[in-house]
This record gives sequence, C-alpha cells and structure tokens, in this order.
Amino acid sequence: MASKIRTFPGGGVHPHDYKFLSNDIPIRNAPIPPVAVIALQQHMGAPAECLVAPGDVVREGMLIGKAQGVFSANVHASIPGKVKELRDIYLATGIRSKAVVIEFEGEFEGGGTAEANWRSKDPQDLMELIRDQGIVGLGGATFPTPIKFSIREGNKIEFFVINGVECEPFLTSDHRLMVEKTESLLTGVEIVRRILSPQRVLIGVEANKPDAIEALNREIANSGLDIEVVALKTKYPQGDEKQLLKALIHREVPSGGLPLDIGAVVSNAGTVYAIYEAVVLGKPLIERIVTVTGPALKNPANFKVRIGTPVGNLLEECGGFISAPGKIVAGGPMMGFALADPDVPVVKGTSGILALSEKQTRSGLPTPCIGCGRCIEACPFGLSPTTLYKWIDHQEYDEAIAAGLMDCKECGCCAYVCPARIPLVQGMKLGKIMKKKG
Amino acid sequence: MADVKTSWSARVTVSPHLHEGSTTAKIMISVIICLLPAGVWGVFVFGLYSLYVVLVSVAASVLTEFVITRLQGRFTLNDWSAVLTGVLIGYNMPPSVPLYIPVIASVFAIAVVKMAFGGLGRNWMNPALAGRVFVTFSWTGFMTRWQSPLNWSADAVTSASVLGFVKSGLMDFEGSVRGPIEFLALKGFPTSGVGTAGGGGLPALLAPLGRIFPAGYGDLFLGNIPGCIGEVSALLLLLGSIYLFAKKIITWEIPVSYIGSFSLLIWFLGGRPFGGGVFTGDVLFHLMAGGLMLGALYMATDMVSSPLTRRGMIIYGVGAGFLTFLIRIYGSFPEGVSLAIIIMNMFVPLINRATRPVVFGYVKEGKE
Repeated sequence: MASKIRTFPGGGVHPHDYKFLSNDIPIRNAPIPPVAVIALQQHMGAPAECLVAPGDVVREGMLIGKAQGVFSANVHASIPGKVKELRDIYLATGIRSKAVVIEFEGEFEGGGTAEANWRSKDPQDLMELIRDQGIVGLGGATFPTPIKFSIREGNKIEFFVINGVECEPFLTSDHRLMVEKTESLLTGVEIVRRILSPQRVLIGVEANKPDAIEALNREIANSGLDIEVVALKTKYPQGDEKQLLKALIHREVPSGGLPLDIGAVVSNAGTVYAIYEAVVLGKPLIERIVTVTGPALKNPANFKVRIGTPVGNLLEECGGFISAPGKIVAGGPMMGFALADPDVPVVKGTSGILALSEKQTRSGLPTPCIGCGRCIEACPFGLSPTTLYKWIDHQEYDEAIAAGLMDCKECGCCAYVCPARIPLVQGMKLGKIMKKKG
Repeated sequence: MADVKTSWSARVTVSPHLHEGSTTAKIMISVIICLLPAGVWGVFVFGLYSLYVVLVSVAASVLTEFVITRLQGRFTLNDWSAVLTGVLIGYNMPPSVPLYIPVIASVFAIAVVKMAFGGLGRNWMNPALAGRVFVTFSWTGFMTRWQSPLNWSADAVTSASVLGFVKSGLMDFEGSVRGPIEFLALKGFPTSGVGTAGGGGLPALLAPLGRIFPAGYGDLFLGNIPGCIGEVSALLLLLGSIYLFAKKIITWEIPVSYIGSFSLLIWFLGGRPFGGGVFTGDVLFHLMAGGLMLGALYMATDMVSSPLTRRGMIIYGVGAGFLTFLIRIYGSFPEGVSLAIIIMNMFVPLINRATRPVVFGYVKEGKE
C-alpha cells in the first residue's frame, strides 16, 4: 500500500500540521450572532447588488444581494432580523466591501423547499439551483461554482475531483465534514456527477486523515457508488488544484489555464457539501464549517457558523486565549490573512480562524539573500522566488512577469523555508499589484 | 469569559504565518561548529601558534566588517558570516605564517570582495578564498613555507607540502615510480609510519588505520602532513560535514560532482607525470594530500557564491573538479583548489541563467 501513495513531484514543504488540536472535535453549531455583518463581496468577481435597505425585515435565507452578471454570486441573509445599516467594511483579505448589517430578531422558519427528488431534475435546472443558492468554492478562492461547472461546447469532462486534501496546517473543517457528513457529501458528489457526467470521479485525501478515508470508503462500498478515494502523501500545498491534479492524474494544468483544459473539474469537499444542501435541502449558502483553533486558544472547535458572524464571537465561544496570541489568522497559516480587528465577519471563504502563539509567529528581521536556493527547491510551481523578488525589489516588474510571476500562487513555501526571512510572498503580491497598475 | 477584544494582538503581516525556523546566522554557526574539529587537529599538530593565526584572522575579519558597516550606519555581525570568513582564512594559512598576512587576507576578503559589492549575499566570490589567493600571490614565500607536524621525529624538517614536494620533485626526476606515495618514500619524505611496526609518534591505537590504508595514506587521512592549518585532516573534515549534510546546509550535488569529476580525471590522467599510462592515477592521494576536502565540502558549497539550482550546482562542481585537476597536473602550482573555486564562482551568474527551473504548466510539446 505504501508504495501506491501519491503526491505531486516538485517542491512543497512539510510544516507541522497541528491537526491534533481539533481533528477529533465534532462539528457543533456556533451561537447565532446578535448582529451579522454580511459582505456583498464574498466571492471572486463582481460584488452582489444590494436588494435591501435599512429598516427592512429579512428572513433566514432571503436573497439580499443579487449576482451582478455571470461572474458573481448571490448573497443571502444568514439570520432573520432587521437590516440595521449598510456599511463599508474591511474583509479579512484587506478588501473593502459593502456589507448588510442584520440585527437578529424573530424566528427561524426553516429554510427553502426541500427537493429530495433531485435525480429527476435536468442538469441545467441543478445548475440554476446552485447559482440561485449562491454556491462558491469554499476552499478559499471562492470562485463561483456555476462558472466552474459551465462546460464549453465540445469540452469533455474526464475527471471530477473532490478536493479533501486540506493541506493547510491546523484546519480540520473538511476533515470533520468527511467523517461526519459522509453520506450527504457523497450525495453532493452524485449531484455534480449528474451535472458534469465525468468519466471518473476521484476524492483526494491526505494520509493524515485516515478516519476520513475509512469513512468515505465504507460509505462508498455501502452505497455502491463509482467513486475512487485516493490517499495522498501529506505535503503542502497539495490542496492547490493544480498540484492535486498533478498528484492524482499526472497532468499539468497549462500555465494561465484552468483544470478544464486538461479535462478536469476540481471542487472542494466543503463546496460539494454546500451543493448537497442547496439542492436537496433547498438551503442557500448561509452557513459554513469553520475550524477555530491554535495553541493560544483555550478550547479549539469545529463550528457550523452563520456567514457574517464576527470572528471575535467565535474566539470567545472557544473560551478565549490562554496566552497572548502572536497573530490571529483567517484561513490557514500558510495562505491566510492576519486580522487586525475582531469584528471582521466570517465570509463564504473562511475555512478557519487561528490564534497562533507568540513564539510561532516570531519572524525575525529580513537579512540579505544568501543564495541558498531553498526557495527554488520549495516552490511547487518551478519558479525561482529569489530571482522574482530581486526583479520586483528593483521595480523591474516586466522582468518579473517574464520570469513567471503570474504563475505564483502565493502558497508561501518559499517564505516558509527562507533562512534570510525575506518576505517573498509580500514581494510577489506587490509585483502583481504593480503589474495591474501598469 | 476571556475578553478577546482587549487581548487582541494587532500584529498583521502577509502570509505565511509559520516558518520552519532556519536563519542565516544558524547556518553560519553550524558551518563554524562543523569546522572546529579539523581546526583543533591543526592546532594539535602544528602548535599553539597556528591557533593565533586562526584567531587573528577571525578578529581581523570581524573588525573590518564592523568598521565598514559602522561607517554605513548598519550592523551585520550578527549574521556570523564574518566569523566564518575569518575561520576559513585562518584554516587556509600555513601554520608558521607571519600574523600580518592573515590580517591582510581578512581585510582584503571583507573590505574588497564582500563589503565593496554590498556585503553578505552580494559577494561574487568566496571572500575567504579570494583573500587567500590575494596573499598567496603577494607573499608567495610565506604562503608556501610549511611546517612539519608534531608527530614527526624532531629532525624531520620539510619546507614543502606533500603536493608541492611531489610536483617540484618530479621536475628533474628521471627514474620511474608507480605513484606519488612511492615517490615520497623514494625521495625520503618523512612519514610517521602510522600502522607500520614500531609506530612513529602516534599512539598505537591508530595502528589499525594501517590495515585500511596502505602505508603512507594513513598520514594523509589523519592529517599528519604539512599543509594549511585547517585542511590537513581529511577525516575530521569529513566527520564535520556529516552534520551539514544531515541538516541540508550542504547538499550532495557540489561535493559529489566536484570530488567525483576530479577523481575521474586524476584516475584517467594523474599517472602520466610519473611515467605511467592512462587510468593509473592515484585518486586517494590527491583527495587527501591537499585542500580538496576543505574546498569541496566547506568552500565550494558557500551558498552565496555557488549556483541556486541543483542542476547548476552539478555544472559548477564538475567545472571546479576539472579546473583543480588541470592546475594540479598540468599547471604550475601544486595545489589548485582555491583558484578552481574562485574561477567557478565567476561563472555562477551564467550558470544560474542557464539552469532556471522549469515552470509548472509548461509541458514540452508533444508530451502528454
């Protein structure tokens, strides 16, 4: 068995995964926030158009933001109540967004209409349902799922891949989902199968989640589904869809291309579960699973959280800090965003909230590059981060682009290994911004 | 309930938020520590004066960097690279060299080769080697005056290193020998007799070495030969490098390609000066008699002045092996390691350009 275990070939790092803090803790509902702050820009693409005004009464699951155009997504009220105000807020990513602030009041009436009979539906109708319910990729990039599933004429889908890798340290939300909601998750897979009609369906899971692999295999055997569970050698950033496809089907997505270009569609396990909820339960994307963990936190947890809950509420629900945290991070420690403000709300892409210890995040001042080449070794995309950084540092952005800057996914492997502590990822981000500015 | 808001940390930086823990200073300190055994051995066989040589080199390097960075309004000594440069300069000095020579070598290394180009990371040549080569050409007499190791009998005095003795001896040699070791014996080059009956100056517990190494090689392996302070003990240099390999501070590419290419070439053509045919070269002798171990393991592997990618490292190592061979066998110097490495240092930007990694998603045409 051990010899069969796969991973992507080039680069990557092996940080301590810290999954033990929360991987045995069952998912439970986070408290309903007294005030939910629901951003209208929770997804990649155009922000949703606001449909409510202050004073309006909203129901749970009511559409409050309508997708503007195709490359956008609907936004729904996550709690019933009254719209207090429309406010401009900063999201965890630092992006500024308009947000609907809802004060909780009234009753939960239960969501939309359940549609247990999805098998009789047309793929087009299922797609429509997914679009209506505001489903986006929950792995972090929040790419609108309907666009991902829109296959151009003549494009054949060979592979549908469910990304259960969760390669970021600390995060266990997908892990718990695969263990606890196995049956629903697989129903979600079957819904997607109906939409895409792929030749093969694969689930990639890293070997540090043996219970998830076992649960999936057991459920697949019980229900006789044609789904392959592939255990992957634990290595960051295997959850990147391009690396995952390389590991699973040994094909490289062309530079600047999409998985579709090699006949594959990849969806995060959380997304597939959201699709199940959207189609079978008729529930819009108003909740997601968030791992709240970290060595500075008293009681780590996996919560089912209403979108718009301030992260401070979740940290308090975990009993607060046991030591002064060095950083609070939304997302994983490798690609997540450090937070300055406890009122930042959970959005569709928030997979975790981490309270990292002071010691872990002690960074040290940058020193000159000593040319050790470790960043090149670590880069899963075959780039030379040190070279890119030098171009960017010298404001030669065109040279940086020519050296492959746009192929950088900011996974952080380079900065993770850099002994000179050079902020390589920061450099890459700057280079991309400067390129956009022209 | 703990108040999250009041204990909120405002520290915000760009991802990643974790680090594996390495620092430049840790790398430099590790190399220094791994070099220590070979230096202790040098002091043991050549006497206390050689310790002063090393300490003066370190002091001069550190002081030079301190003064220059002070003038620039910065402080860089905490990266420990100046100390390492000083140690390497000291190790590359003959044991009885006048103390002003390592001082000059250190000042040249730090001020001219390192700081003039912008300090650590911008030195386009290994500073220690550049310093050594500078003083070798300027004070050749002092830099080629060697001292007998302690273990030899008191009357055994030599003015030549092993490689130098063989090279100059061969010039007017008419007879025929099978190789350098036989040549040394023929010409009466003193040996300690490690492993032979009677023993020489070394303790009897080293006797088993004689069974591993044929007579004469034991001295080379241990470092019981005249030479630079830190280069003589192949054994201790190898031992020290194990930690560096384990910690991935050095990777196999440079040492293996350097030593490998050099060994092949020596085997192929190294026997010619002794009147032998091809494939009669004495590889073992050439690996241990000079500065190759120190050079290949600790100096060619200097991160700043070596290539970035593994492919590049192999090209660089092979080049250094070829040049070392060329200088030793066909050049006018008995030793070629320093020159070979600094010449290859100059090719590093070119090698880096030629060995850029292949970017993900650029699959070769016609390959599925």
